[in-house]
Amino acid sequence: MIDLIESVFLRNSLVVAFAVIGVTIWFSYFLADKLTAGRLHGSAIAIALGLLAAYWGGTVTGGSKGVADITLLGGIGLMGGGMLRDFAIVSTAFGVHLSELKKAGLAGVVSIFAGVIVSFVVGAAVAVAFGYTDPIAITTIGAGAVTYIVGPVTGEAIGASGEMITLSVAAGLVKSILVMIGTPLVARSIGLNNPQSAMVFGGLMGTTSGVAAGLAATDPKLVPYGAMTATFYTGVGCLLGPSVLFFAVSALF
Amino acid sequence: MIIYGVALLSTCLVIGMLIGQAIGAALGIDANVGGVGIAMLLLVLASNSVRFRPLSSGAAAQGIAFWSAMYIPIVVAMAAQQNVAAAASGGLLALVAGVAAVVVSFLLVPVISRIGNSEAASEQRGDAQ
Repeated sequence: MIDLIESVFLRNSLVVAFAVIGVTIWFSYFLADKLTAGRLHGSAIAIALGLLAAYWGGTVTGGSKGVADITLLGGIGLMGGGMLRDFAIVSTAFGVHLSELKKAGLAGVVSIFAGVIVSFVVGAAVAVAFGYTDPIAITTIGAGAVTYIVGPVTGEAIGASGEMITLSVAAGLVKSILVMIGTPLVARSIGLNNPQSAMVFGGLMGTTSGVAAGLAATDPKLVPYGAMTATFYTGVGCLLGPSVLFFAVSALF
Repeated sequence: MIIYGVALLSTCLVIGMLIGQAIGAALGIDANVGGVGIAMLLLVLASNSVRFRPLSSGAAAQGIAFWSAMYIPIVVAMAAQQNVAAAASGGLLALVAGVAAVVVSFLLVPVISRIGNSEAASEQRGDAQ
């Protein structure tokens, strides 16, 4: 009996994922409606439930892919993986007007560089405050505060220890998760309500998954603008991290 | 035909990814630099151009709109496979570094939004009142 269920679930993993995510979203909108009277967006609750489930999956399996490491729910890995995520992100650009993009062009570009540098400096400062004096360690942790991809890319390029790289990935993950949860809560007070500020937001935060989920839970109409700049951020971070930023830290310490 | 819209979307993504990967390679880093962003620009250009109208209107548009509507469910699936356990076990340093980076970046959003566009800034002030 269990074998039977397992083989059906495994063979139809993506379809199982559609059903499971669908039920999760229905339940989230139900909660948003009944418990918060619509004050909290249903998608914000769904994303929070997803993160909780991911934590549970990670602790139960010891793997790195949240619930996707649970055999019966493997399809969630495909559904929420890089390929479909990027596909869906690009599709949100349908119906965007070129004029909106041009209006925030300069601010968008500035925000990408400012975002990488500011996150790096903050992360590096925290590392120094925790007593690190080795430029390689400081740079790696700073790069982790940029994103959890920039951290290991930079760390490996400059010869950081495995422990430092793990720490930088953890810092980047904290950032990404906090952006997912925090964005809808602070959106109003940081003026995140128009395409221009969404582009700046994407460039400053940079974590594609954080921005994608944070904006989805705030206002889905803003998603394409934030996602557009955010996708340049990791590349810029990987470029600056092991070069300019590492040299700057080396000169200081 | 719905597939025409899906194909247009797919083609934009593939071309964007190729360009992004090529930019990365040209810069000497193993990362895709803005592939998704370039793909989005291509889709914006295509959907605003008359020549691509048959691929981005009518039934074809539904093929793109479907994926656009699947965006939030896909993001929920993405959230469900984050390495939250690792983030939680990263210790105080990882937590402080991540939180501080987010807080400072949040604070900069209104500051940088003002660059080269006083219009958006005045809109925000209007909303605040």
